[in-house]
Amino acid sequence: MAVTNATPGLVTNERQESLLQNENVQAFGLFMLSLGLFLLFWEVGARAGWFVKGVPTASETLKEFWWWVTNPFYNNGPNDLGIGWNLLISLRRVAIGYILASLVAVPLGILIGISPVAYKAFNPYVQLLKPVSPLAWLPLGLYLLRDSEKTGVFIIFISSIWPTLINTAFGVASVDKDYLDVANTLGASRLRTIVKVIIPAALPNIVSGLRISMGIAWLVIVAAEMLLGTGLGYFIWNEWNNLSIANILVAIFIIGLVGLLLDSLFAALEKFVAFGRNS
Amino acid sequence: MRLAPVNSVASLDQPSASSQLSVRHVTKVFPGKKGLFNKLSGKTSRDFVAVENISLDIEPNTFVTIIGPSGCGKSTLLNMIAGLSPISGGEILLNGVPITGPGPDRGMVFQNYALMPWMTVEENLRFAVETVDPKTSPKKRDRILKEHIQLVGLTGAERKHPHELSGGMRQRVGIARALAINPQILLMDEPFGALDALTRGFLQDEIERIWEQQRKTVIMITHSIEEALLLSDRIVMMTRGPAARIDEILEVPFPRPRNRETIEQHPAYHALKAEMESHLFRETRAVEAARVGG
Repeated sequence: MAVTNATPGLVTNERQESLLQNENVQAFGLFMLSLGLFLLFWEVGARAGWFVKGVPTASETLKEFWWWVTNPFYNNGPNDLGIGWNLLISLRRVAIGYILASLVAVPLGILIGISPVAYKAFNPYVQLLKPVSPLAWLPLGLYLLRDSEKTGVFIIFISSIWPTLINTAFGVASVDKDYLDVANTLGASRLRTIVKVIIPAALPNIVSGLRISMGIAWLVIVAAEMLLGTGLGYFIWNEWNNLSIANILVAIFIIGLVGLLLDSLFAALEKFVAFGRNS
Repeated sequence: MRLAPVNSVASLDQPSASSQLSVRHVTKVFPGKKGLFNKLSGKTSRDFVAVENISLDIEPNTFVTIIGPSGCGKSTLLNMIAGLSPISGGEILLNGVPITGPGPDRGMVFQNYALMPWMTVEENLRFAVETVDPKTSPKKRDRILKEHIQLVGLTGAERKHPHELSGGMRQRVGIARALAINPQILLMDEPFGALDALTRGFLQDEIERIWEQQRKTVIMITHSIEEALLLSDRIVMMTRGPAARIDEILEVPFPRPRNRETIEQHPAYHALKAEMESHLFRETRAVEAARVGG
């Protein structure tokens, strides 16, 4: 009896302790501490002239950041556009190019994945084109399309197609043979097997591919826009021409934040389609 | 109690009229890699004869267990009966009609359950029922689903996904799915192989209970002598591979319904068990010896 009486006390003790010992709380503490130290080092260093001339202090940069996020939508011509507009322009380009790429990559990936012959036949294209830097397509895009807006979309399209295509084909090709045997023993038609078994089974791989593609699209748009005009990439280029390092830092932070949000969205989607599977 | 090895019985050229499933001189050869391309890359391999000249007749409403050392082609034989693996020689007749491919007249229970992870328990069963007969009315379909979920004791878990279930519960779903399409024959490939000993014992009792209700023809592969003795009417003992044959078929005379305590009291129990042990021991030792030697 004494044991059963003692147990609840033990549990509450552990709970009180765990609030300070909790891994997440500790991690958050360490994060805040390191951030504080970094900002302090930055502030002191910039004031004391430890870095090159013209590096803004942390407080100046934060002030700029606050100004930009509180005035996101103003428009004084293409070289003085609120960061909200630039963000929307970039997101729009990414969205168009990315959605077009996905609409091509997922069905094509399914077709390639279903047929071992097609898988082997098309693999060389994919393997050859996948490692090409997206910016290498830029001159070609400009030459073919003669339009900077379309070229931006084209580069997003061409660079975000590969991860989705590869992952989809891989996912479809490596569907657990047991699932196919089940469909076979039941006498399921080819179409029903594809729709009801192969695609849901490959969905975690497809979504992983979409997630990687989205990451790449967001990486590429900034670089591409430096050469195109308007958008977050152009914003950075423009602020570089203005020698406004603080604004460049603001833009970098915003790009990172938006990338993080987009990635979390897909991470949540991955979890949603996993049903206890790992990938 | 003991039958002569079936392979040597000449009269089997004509399958007995009463048999539901007739395996006649079946051979399975996995072709090796040949041809110029493989010769150039030095990757040629010889043909592998998994099972050779197997004949077996199965009467309706019998529970047949296939037991043998690992790698003896038990699963190959079952896959050929299921129609998942092409037959290299001989033929398999189901009600006198040769098997050419998979079909819903044979329900299959898989060792790793093979449930669709993205479907709930009910959806897994519904997928099977709707695939086999798309024209089933929703009312009849729902009744079938409900009955079979109840049969395996999973009422209340209909909306759970497989990853939320234990291994034993998952295999119950697998069994319910195989039975829901109302097959003539139930094929089970080591259905309890992936389960812990306690769960396995529990599910064996469940299978015995369900079998008493339905008395469907069952062909089950197992490694467990106790499992075979508890469940089957006939036990097919196979020799080691390659070119595995049927060594002997044992009739299990215990009255039904059975349970593991009462069958041990039966006079024939220990003799049968000893017979199977010596067979499996002999074959397994030969497999090991061949592996060491080769």
